[in-house]
Amino acid sequence: MNAKTADKIATAVIYAIAGSVVLVLVAMLAFILVRGLPHLSWHFLTAQARSFEAGGGIGIQLFNSFYLLILAMLISFPIALFAAMYLNEYAKPSIWISIVRTAIEVMSSLPSVVVGLFGFLIFVVKFKLGFSIISGAIALTFFNLPILTRSIETSLSQIPDLQREAGAALGLSRFETVIHIILPASVPSIVTGVVISAGRVFGEAAALIFTAGQSAPALNFGDWNPFNTASPLSPFRPAETLAVHIWKINSEGIMPDLSAVSAGASAVLIIVVLLFNFSARRLGQLLYKKLTKS
Amino acid sequence: MTEKIETILETRNVKLWYGQKEALHGIDLDFAKKGITALIGPSGSGKSTYLRAINRMHDLEDNVTVTGSFNLMGKDIYAPTMDTVDLRKKVGMVFQQPNPFPFSIYDNVAFGLRIAGVKDKKVLDQAVEESLKAASIWEEVKDDLNKSALGLSGGQQQRVSIARVLATKPDLLLLDEPTSALDPVSAHNIEETLLSLRDQYAMIIVTHSLSQASRIADKTVFFLNGNMVEAGDTRKIFLEPDKQETADYISGRFG
Repeated sequence: MNAKTADKIATAVIYAIAGSVVLVLVAMLAFILVRGLPHLSWHFLTAQARSFEAGGGIGIQLFNSFYLLILAMLISFPIALFAAMYLNEYAKPSIWISIVRTAIEVMSSLPSVVVGLFGFLIFVVKFKLGFSIISGAIALTFFNLPILTRSIETSLSQIPDLQREAGAALGLSRFETVIHIILPASVPSIVTGVVISAGRVFGEAAALIFTAGQSAPALNFGDWNPFNTASPLSPFRPAETLAVHIWKINSEGIMPDLSAVSAGASAVLIIVVLLFNFSARRLGQLLYKKLTKS
Repeated sequence: MTEKIETILETRNVKLWYGQKEALHGIDLDFAKKGITALIGPSGSGKSTYLRAINRMHDLEDNVTVTGSFNLMGKDIYAPTMDTVDLRKKVGMVFQQPNPFPFSIYDNVAFGLRIAGVKDKKVLDQAVEESLKAASIWEEVKDDLNKSALGLSGGQQQRVSIARVLATKPDLLLLDEPTSALDPVSAHNIEETLLSLRDQYAMIIVTHSLSQASRIADKTVFFLNGNMVEAGDTRKIFLEPDKQETADYISGRFG
């Protein structure tokens, strides 16, 4: 076999493998969407779930998912940002740094159900936070922190050192250089990373089952005082999310239309995650254009 | 350079190590308050290393040790009390690669002043215009000040980088091969810019182009293997150098 034939065969194999990856994804998406889309309606998206009869919706679970996501991001983003800034801009190679990096790697490979059980023991039981949004948000922070840190660090490292030298040469301190040059220059790619990790967090179930709880008490959408337990904003109420809801009804649901609810909820979950992923890149490009005025 | 002229910078016995390796072997040089000094020499001769020691850019790297004295207008650059941030406001630097920030042209030039706390729009506007004029690029960009500096050509970017440094009103300007990444026309424009600034600023330029040194420099210094071989008026260095190595390098016999 000559080099040309070998090259052709290799190319064909690589194309086929890449194509099959896409095919698996498309097949899965199609399956979920075809099964789920017919059940979607405004009522389904906004109504409260029902435990024993047909016709329930996923309104509260959907709201919970978004609220939990926002809280988890509010907690994890600043930590991840400063950790990444430290690792990429300040840290010099040392044993300490390799410990930090190993810790981040280990953390990112922790099974999320373990993170959930840890959160349950520490926050729900020990700190008496109960099954609550805040417990869930902290558990999600553990789950999210390593990926987010890594993604922000990558964003920062893509800014060429020329920019750091230019900042230093202009008389900027290292911190000023990071704040005024490196961060603005990397905002688009940081935003892309944040939105993509938001998609992961949004679909997470295992870490939340034992922390945010498996019940979605009725909410009073007229009450926005976060200190009232019926308020949607209360961080101390139990909050079943969409992903947990899907798991719950499939494992112990008894409503007559549970397969329809499950299919519909799965479709919604997938659509939101896809939206996150597609919008991430777009948003990044838009921000880059806006910030650099190019 | 023995005659008594007003100097901005005097360095004595400057040595620099990368780890254990001595890269500069005791450099004594004086620089006048105005005018252009060119540092020439083959790659690895230590001219860029010496230049970057003047605004302490080596502080950004690990494992670099600098000894000797750098007297910048009465203050030692490496004194423990010297703040690198203050130092770099006095000593500006232009790099080999144009490195504008990914912001608008206006924001690039106003950057140093804003960091220093200048907020007055009129002051900023005026400084941006003056600096861009001084860097000979005002006419080309005056209608596009709000466009990204990244959209400019390499030569224009380099002149914006120069304007950005000039806006902070440095006393001394370091230029590390500022034209070597540019096409000949852009390089010529930069040279014109530097010539127009020679009466107002002290400039030290590292260059690989001997013709460039001969065109723009008042003084020329020849570096070889981490030593300063010869320094003097550019005419003398090029036409009747004292040292054989200088003559060899100028005539292209090595390097």
